[in-house]
Amino acid sequence: MAFILETKDLTIRFGGHTAVDKVTVQIPEKKFTSIIGPNGAGKTTFFNLLSGQLSPTEGSIFYKGNEITKKSATERTRLGIGRSFQITNVFPNLTVLENVRLAIQSQANVRYQMLKHFLHYKRFEEKAHNILDQVLLDEKADTLASNLAHGEKRKLEIAMLLALETEVLLLDEPTAGMALEEVPAIMEVIRKIKAEEDRTIVLIEHKMDMIMDLSDEVLVLFHGELIAKGTPEEIVENETVQSAYLGGMYDEQLA
Amino acid sequence: MVLILRNMTKSNLIYLGIAALLLFLPMIITGSTKFMITQIFVFAIFAMSYDLLLGYTGIISFGHAMFFGIGAYSTAIFMDHFDSSLIALFIAILVAVLFAALVSFIVGMLTLRLKTHFYAMLTLAFAGLFLVAAEKMRWLTRGNDGFTIKAPEILRDSTTIYIISLISLVLIFFGLRRLTNSPFGRVLVAIRENEHRTESLGYNVLHYKVLVTVISGVVASLAGVLYILSLRFVNTGVFGTDLTIDVLLMTIIGGVGTLVGPIIGAALIELAHDWISGLANVHWIFERWLILYGIVYILMVIFFPLGIVGTIREKFSGRKKSKNNAKQKAS
Repeated sequence: MAFILETKDLTIRFGGHTAVDKVTVQIPEKKFTSIIGPNGAGKTTFFNLLSGQLSPTEGSIFYKGNEITKKSATERTRLGIGRSFQITNVFPNLTVLENVRLAIQSQANVRYQMLKHFLHYKRFEEKAHNILDQVLLDEKADTLASNLAHGEKRKLEIAMLLALETEVLLLDEPTAGMALEEVPAIMEVIRKIKAEEDRTIVLIEHKMDMIMDLSDEVLVLFHGELIAKGTPEEIVENETVQSAYLGGMYDEQLA
Repeated sequence: MVLILRNMTKSNLIYLGIAALLLFLPMIITGSTKFMITQIFVFAIFAMSYDLLLGYTGIISFGHAMFFGIGAYSTAIFMDHFDSSLIALFIAILVAVLFAALVSFIVGMLTLRLKTHFYAMLTLAFAGLFLVAAEKMRWLTRGNDGFTIKAPEILRDSTTIYIISLISLVLIFFGLRRLTNSPFGRVLVAIRENEHRTESLGYNVLHYKVLVTVISGVVASLAGVLYILSLRFVNTGVFGTDLTIDVLLMTIIGGVGTLVGPIIGAALIELAHDWISGLANVHWIFERWLILYGIVYILMVIFFPLGIVGTIREKFSGRKKSKNNAKQKAS
């Protein structure tokens, strides 16, 4: 199996606190990998290290076999590692359409064009509507992002990530804080990308049914350490995981 | 979409109409009014260049006067040392533009990696350096006393300068409008809104900031060139911090993040300057116009943070929005 992303002894310390502790993982290409763990286990920090928002204290990261540890977030996005943010991170005073169009413009590599009007690029507009349609947000295209409800902002996050068309998609709790009836639509979008089988998806989630359903592989973080990895079935049966994290929680969800 | 395009050509027509009216204005106004309006044109260009940083990209600079001063001194020194021919003027403008581009590039590369407030402080320091240099290099600049220059023959007529300034303003206005509406310009706005997110979308934010600083610096230096051609006198005041404060006020009062705003702001500040200094005999406070500006500035920031144009635009679009909502409800 080919690995698209690899980390080696990846560690980050904030003062005395070790948020991610010697994590060595290989993310298989074009597969669906989930990362689970209780709150504060270092999942989002791990994502921040992968996408370049933070740089590690120790250890290294490889993308397609090349080391990218020192590369900036900008460079990593251009290489093909896109991410969505758990804490919504959009352009508040721009419309939903403009938010997505900025991502499309970057993907289309129109960066320093100063002489043409942006409306000249009709295809960006069309593509943006298309993507917004997928995440069921097209009717809000002309709304300012700051006026969106929380769940809608989450959808916008996903739309912007989709617009980047990166090979790797890092999804940080895409459905967190969403109204329950909105979750299936987002699940459907994610499932569709998975079904195309040409992207690598890494997902952080708490919803176990979603993880069981979608994942090819599950990584379990606990206090910043990788304590287990395997297929969803293996993880559920893993005793270390059960005692550390799932415990009664998974049973509760089943009941 | 078609609607937007039609609206834009409509607004273009309005702007061109106003420009045409202004073109014929010199026929009916006196010399001093003509001079004042020329000053307004010059400062409008300067203020637009500042708004490119402040309003569009969200970069706060306290040293913008240095680019204005570079334009002013380059022209003055060239006119002074060489003959006052059009060729010398042309070379002077070229030197002004290139020097401003070089300085803004260096300042940008050195400081734009810093967080906003550190950047603002450093620009203040850089502008201070230029001010001190202009004061101390007396052999070149004649220090604080300044000197008068001879403009090329055909530029000595105040109407010619008026028209040249007006045409420059119109060209720069439409040029910057295209720039701010280009894909590049949209990224500038994105940087203002959320720098980190812009980075993680794959844009190299530093490149954009340096580029916009260079463009803004070059436009400011052109304003400096026009300023010297209209005044035909230069002293170290063109590097002064109060010039930066003036341009900051013009931009904020007129409306940040718009191009019409700085033009209106420039007109208001220049008119106020003129009017208030005329009242100096009435009460001493009118001589201390900075105090009055301070009050106006505080009131603006509290009650109209979007400036004149921004507030009007918001009211207008707010009305449109509620109309749309009503339509949606009706259907």
